[in-house]
Formats: sequence, structure tokens, C-alpha cells
Amino acid sequence: MPALAPVAGGTKVPSGAGVQRRARTAYLLLIPGIAWLGLFFVVPLVSLFFTSLQAPTGTPGVYQPGFEVANYVTAISDYWPQFIRSFIYSGIATVLALVIAYPLAYFIAFRAGKWRALLLVLVVAPFFASFLLRTYAWRTILADEGFITTTLNALHLLPDNRILNTPIAVIAGLTYNFLPFMILPLYAALERIDPRLIEAAGDLYSSPFTGFRKVVWPLSLPGVVAGTLLTFIPASGDYINATLLGSPQDRMVGNAIQTNFLQFRDYPVASALSFIMMAIILTLVFVYIRRAGTEDLV
Amino acid sequence: MRWLRKNLIPIIGILVLVYLFVPIAVVAILSFNKPDGKFNVAWNQFSLEAWQNLCGVPGVCQSFVMSIQIGVIATIGGTILGTMIAFALVRYRFRGRSTTNLLIFLPMATPEVVLGSSLLALFLNLAFPLGFWTVTIAHIMFIISFVVVTVKARLQGMDPRLEEAARDLYADPKSTFRYVTFPLVLPGILGAALLGFSLSFDDYIISAFNAGTLVTFPIYIWGAAQRGIPVQVNALATLVFVLSLLVVLGAQFVNSRRRRKLESSAA
Repeated sequence: MPALAPVAGGTKVPSGAGVQRRARTAYLLLIPGIAWLGLFFVVPLVSLFFTSLQAPTGTPGVYQPGFEVANYVTAISDYWPQFIRSFIYSGIATVLALVIAYPLAYFIAFRAGKWRALLLVLVVAPFFASFLLRTYAWRTILADEGFITTTLNALHLLPDNRILNTPIAVIAGLTYNFLPFMILPLYAALERIDPRLIEAAGDLYSSPFTGFRKVVWPLSLPGVVAGTLLTFIPASGDYINATLLGSPQDRMVGNAIQTNFLQFRDYPVASALSFIMMAIILTLVFVYIRRAGTEDLV
Repeated sequence: MRWLRKNLIPIIGILVLVYLFVPIAVVAILSFNKPDGKFNVAWNQFSLEAWQNLCGVPGVCQSFVMSIQIGVIATIGGTILGTMIAFALVRYRFRGRSTTNLLIFLPMATPEVVLGSSLLALFLNLAFPLGFWTVTIAHIMFIISFVVVTVKARLQGMDPRLEEAARDLYADPKSTFRYVTFPLVLPGILGAALLGFSLSFDDYIISAFNAGTLVTFPIYIWGAAQRGIPVQVNALATLVFVLSLLVVLGAQFVNSRRRRKLESSAA
């Protein structure tokens, strides 16, 4: 189950027998991959930081080394609505994904029996279909004259009388696209729970709901933490859903970074935006992991 | 009513599963459509045109082949580098382990726009020409982390007694690795490679930043979205989806049969 592993963590085998202690071999195994990550992940981040401080030369698209803190001021003052939108949209999408994913993860973990492996394949199967096309397909599903929009409209539930090209469509797309990232870690956490604990709760006269609240939910928290992070992080940086499903008023930070880099060629401001995004995400991740008390995510 | 209460969770679970497949079904159904106008978003008329002429629109197949080439190279590179790191992490003690773990974790905790844009910033500062190799370099970078966690989980989940048994039977470290460890880890490595390939093949954001004028399949789709996605794109995506699903289900089937056989011979 490939996509499971990033979040499953795996059980720790007591070290000893299998563990050899020759550090030199270890370094030989590590160096190529670590060097790659160093050169193409760490160095680019440093480069991003320096670019974010570059100053204009007068020629459009060409910049010189500098210490232009003003780039950050521009990035925040021009694009704060995009930042706020990004975190609101992805926050709502994460909560929705949790609510939708939990029953399915619970079902696969406790009730699926011999169908478990097949169901897990089906959960990751959407990854084999193009992300862009799956997102684009929501234009068909949520179309103005489509079944969903007309039904909700008849019930007077839509403020704009439509879904497409509104924030609702963007949030719906984000929720859908990152759902497997929520299901898998939830499943991995639930699967480790001994079903006898739930029986024991029942034997001690707790209602199914209390049993869930006091036994299953607390034990599944590591999965909830991993799942919310794996959903929230990619969702907040995404600009595919906002572009394909939203209106120009629903753009997110990703859009701002992309247009500044690739269309306006304003590399310093684009880099500043990207750097701020990275800083916010990392701060959120570390605060969240601290508070939830699950550090063993990898 | 009692039946409903008892089966509520399975029912919701299956509904969620259906929900996951609705957009894929839309993509597949629209591959048999003859759209009315440029945009293939609403059903008009049944047609096999796209399927009979998969490369019928200029650029579609070139971009498709481009994505496969990048995917294959990036998967091989990323899988080798990642597997080596996973072995080092599970099987050896060394200083700098937690730094290594952090370095593996961070790319997965970084939004794709940041990964893509920071690499672009580097390539721009070095005046490095954008194209095939910059995209491939980027893909190897993000595949590594996923391979490490996948293979690591497999290695940690392995029964250490199997290797002990090999050593007890006087196998030297090399043959223990070759005949016991490696075959046991191989399904994990193959799974990681499959994951890596699908991540690479489907990546839009990171590729878009580092492609320059190169057109991969997702970049083609993105460009086409503005002026109408050709039906051929739906057909090709449906084909990829069905083939990948068959490969995974086939592997699953072989695996479970092998396990059953092993269990029955053990009993």
C-alpha cells in the first residue's frame, strides 16, 4: 500500500539484531540522496530568500542583489486578502474532509473484513486520474444548469444562485482533491486500535456515542493530526482549484505567487510571497504538532 | 430503522467512496462525448472519435510522451536515492539521524508552490536553462521523501527473525541481503516507485514553475483549459487511470494469493 506509508509510520522493530553499526556505510548510502535534497530543496530556499530581497535594475525582469525589505511590505499590503482567503478556504476544506473521511476510515478499519485491501486501493485510485481533469470535472458536476445547483437553488440555499465561480466551488474542489490524504492517516491510526477496547466500553454500559468519544476518538488523534496537516498544507498552497473553479475574486496565495513569478516577472515580490507562505505554514505545523503532542509523524 | 442504525457507517463509507469516483466517472464519460462547441463540459452526443484517434489533436501525444519520459527517469532516480536513505535510517546508527529525518519530512510539509518557486529562483539566479532537466531534477527531489517513508515502513515492518534465520544458516551478509532482505523489501520499493511515477506524471504546479517552454501532459491540460480541453485528453487520462488501477489490483491479487499459499503450506 504505497501511499499509506507516508503516514502510517510503521511499527518500530526493536533494534539490535538487524541493526549494524558501521557508520561509514550509512554515510555512503545517505550522501547521494541527502546531497540532492540539499542542492534542490535547501539551497533553493536560501536562493528564494535572497531573491526576495533583490532590488530592481530598471530593466523589467532583471534584478540585482540588495536588501529590499520593501518587497515584503508590498507582498503583504498587496496580497493580504489572498493570504486570508487561502487559510480560510483550506481551513474549511480540512474540517469538511475530516468529517467526510472519518466514517470511511472507520468503516475500512473495523467493518470491512476481507475487503479492506481492495477498499484501500480504491481510496488511492483517484491519484491515478489526472488532478487537473478531476478538478475540471467539477465544472460539469456543479454547472449552473446541473442537478446539484438547480436543486440547491430550488431550496434557496445558494447566496449567489450558483456554485461555479464562487468560493463554495473552490472549497468543494479542495475538499475533494485532498480527501485521500485525510482518509489514509485516519485509517492508519484507527487500524491500530484494538476492537476489544470498544467492546469493553460497551460492556461497561457506555452508549456507542460515549464509547466513541472517550475511546476511539482520543486513540485516533495521531491520525487526525497527520491527516489535517496533509490536507491543510497542500490545500493552502494550491491554486489549481481557485483558477479552474473560482472567479477572479476567489484567488489564493498560490495564484499570486504564480502570476508574479511567471507573468509579471516580479521575482522579488513573488519570492517574498513564497517565503512568507513557507514561514506561516511551518509555524502552524510546529505549533499544531506541539499542541497535539504527536511528534513522530515521519 | 434498526437495520439503518446498525449499517449507518458502512452506508456512509460507501457513499464517500462513490463521491471519490464521481469526477473520475465524469472524465471517463466525457471521453465518449462529441462536445457542442469548444468546451467539453456537458453531454452532447456519443462518439468514439477521440478513442479511435488518440493523437488526433496536435501536441497531446507529444506532451503525454514527455510526461512518461520525465516520470520514468525521475522515478528511477528518486527510488534509488530514497531507498538508499531508507536503508541507512533503519539499518545503521549514525550521527545526524534527526537532521536527516527533518530533511526528509520538510519537502512533504512544504506547499508545492513554495517548492516550485524556490527552485525557479535558484535556476534563475544561476541562469540555468529551464526545460526537461530542470523539471526532472525537481521531480526527483519531491519523489525522494515519499520513497524514503514508504520503504522505511516496509523495512521496519519486516520480521527480523527471517534475517537471523539466514545468518544462523551460515549466509554471509551479502547473500542474506540478496536472498532474504532485498526480496522482502522489493514490494515496498516497487510500491514506492509506482507512487513516485504517479506523483511525477500528474504534477502540475512544480513543473509549471520550472518547465520554461517545455510542455508536459498536465501543462498541456492547463493551457487547454482556457480554450477547451480536447476529448483526446479525457480518453488518455481514462486509459492511464484504468491501466494503473489494473496494475495495482493485479499486484494485490498476486500478493494475497502468495500469502494464502504460504499460510497453507505453513499449516
